[in-house]
Amino acid sequence: MMALASKDTGRRAPRAPGAPGGSASRAPRTGGTARGQGLVAHLFLLPWMIGMVGVTAGPLIASAVLAFTDYDLLSAPQFIGLDNFTRMAGDERFWAAVRVTLVYVLVSVPLQLAFALFLAVVLDKGLRGLSLYRSAFYLPSLLGGSVAIAILWRQIFGEEGLVNHVLGWFGLELGSWLQDPSLALSTLVVLNVWTFGSPMVIFLAGLRQIPEDLYEAAMIDGAGRVRRFWSITIPLLTPIIFLNLILQMIGAFQAFTQAHVVSGGSGGPLDSTLFYTLYIYQRGFVNFDMGYASAMAWVLLLVIAAATAANFVVSRRWVYYGDE
Amino acid sequence: MAATVRTSRGSRLLRHAVLLLFVLLMIYPLVWMVVSSFKPSNLILSQTGIVPTEVTLDNYVDGWDALGSPFTLFLGNSLLIGVGSVLGNLFSCSLTAYALARLNFRMNKVYLALTLMTIMLPFHVLVIPQYILFAELGWINTYVPLLLPKFLATDAVFIFLMVQFIRSLPRELDQAAMIDGAGPFRIFWSVILPLMQPALITTTIFTFIWTWNDYFGPLLYLTRTELYTVPVALKSLVDTETTSGIGTMFAMSLISLVPIVLFFVFAQRYIIKGIATTGIK
Repeated sequence: MMALASKDTGRRAPRAPGAPGGSASRAPRTGGTARGQGLVAHLFLLPWMIGMVGVTAGPLIASAVLAFTDYDLLSAPQFIGLDNFTRMAGDERFWAAVRVTLVYVLVSVPLQLAFALFLAVVLDKGLRGLSLYRSAFYLPSLLGGSVAIAILWRQIFGEEGLVNHVLGWFGLELGSWLQDPSLALSTLVVLNVWTFGSPMVIFLAGLRQIPEDLYEAAMIDGAGRVRRFWSITIPLLTPIIFLNLILQMIGAFQAFTQAHVVSGGSGGPLDSTLFYTLYIYQRGFVNFDMGYASAMAWVLLLVIAAATAANFVVSRRWVYYGDE
Repeated sequence: MAATVRTSRGSRLLRHAVLLLFVLLMIYPLVWMVVSSFKPSNLILSQTGIVPTEVTLDNYVDGWDALGSPFTLFLGNSLLIGVGSVLGNLFSCSLTAYALARLNFRMNKVYLALTLMTIMLPFHVLVIPQYILFAELGWINTYVPLLLPKFLATDAVFIFLMVQFIRSLPRELDQAAMIDGAGPFRIFWSVILPLMQPALITTTIFTFIWTWNDYFGPLLYLTRTELYTVPVALKSLVDTETTSGIGTMFAMSLISLVPIVLFFVFAQRYIIKGIATTGIK
């Protein structure tokens, strides 16, 4: 979905967000005075600045304000302090949405990455037909976010769907997965795992970066395949694993389309597929409870930020950035 | 892992076996969907195989007009928004990226940091005020809310991609052009932009695929059927599932995937590179 840990992939990574910037670049580097380029630069940046103010920063601030109001689009917003947040604490559907989303993130992301890593390793190293396999594995990643695939999923996991047919061969009789509150979420987990192709492509690029002579040296020292995998491949791949983990986690927190289509917009049965974003949508755009929806969106933002920060802290224990 | 196998030939065979098994598992549902779209609706669920006993085009014919307006209309709407979004992103992101990567001014690093931060921002934090703003401006049931942000460089991933790319170009090119008397606009247009082609192609592909697949935006801003894009049109087919039948849904769904598959077939090199260098999905 996007890029963030630029230091892992790009060779010339820009400064991390929030790093001190600015004053150092005062001195002109190549002809043209700093002031002159400043004017021209802002001409180039005009669309960006309008977008930043009108479409990004402005709405960001507005939603922070709305979070403390009661607003239904028709009458003026009413300031209600922390009411939206206290209502949230007592809102069963809110907690259902939190539970569903956490289960989805905690189950589907590690599974997806495990498949991605496994197949990247099997695919690596000059296997004939590599690009064909890679294409076959990657195609679902491009299609997975579409409504068309959500429609397919509804049928595959329906009462007489493909999955139940196969299970029938083993004597298992299940009803429609989509109508069973204990199974419905797993269909969306499977859908997310099905799109393991894009992290796999990132893993493949990472595997290319591991110097071949490390493996050769280990082989001379008598290390077997398993040993080489755990002592060379995995440690040197940890930055890429970390990158994929962050990317997929942030994406999974925001999943919407598939849950909306598969559950017919309800998040059912019994709120078992009520993704957090789906509940925001229902409160904001079905009930027009804009204040409450804004408050929920800010909680999501803070949770994602906290989860990302926590991952960065924990990463110091397991991500290997070479000898420094 | 295929780790325990000793002979390299055996290992290779095992790897192929594992890979083929996964290909089968991953791709079977898609193949089944394609075949099913040519079967009469009542046979689809009872047949799990991929050899049809009866072939018909009815699903495509019925599906085309199932929503009152011909499906061509929705395809056209989606195409319009897709092409418009591509133009918007190419225009606004390249201008922005050039300024951030090459021009020397005081706020440069601050702006770049701001842009990178917006990549991580969940869409849902912005969408409510955006909706209120666009509604106030009377833009509900127009394509402005879907297109305008693209012309204002709000897809920061592509700015990031282009900044990275421009930085990899040798500065000597700019300097040579400058000595020849070219100003920043001239350098941007005649030197940088032509060299940026790979980044522009990646931006084109992903912008088109994302907007083609986008469901949330059209769901919010378009309520009149004749304005629907393909994803929301498909969703309304689902809502009338009982009358329209599985076959028509499959047929129209497959049609909606054709442009993406075409990109996949003809531009795969760029797609794979785009993911590997930026983590775009």
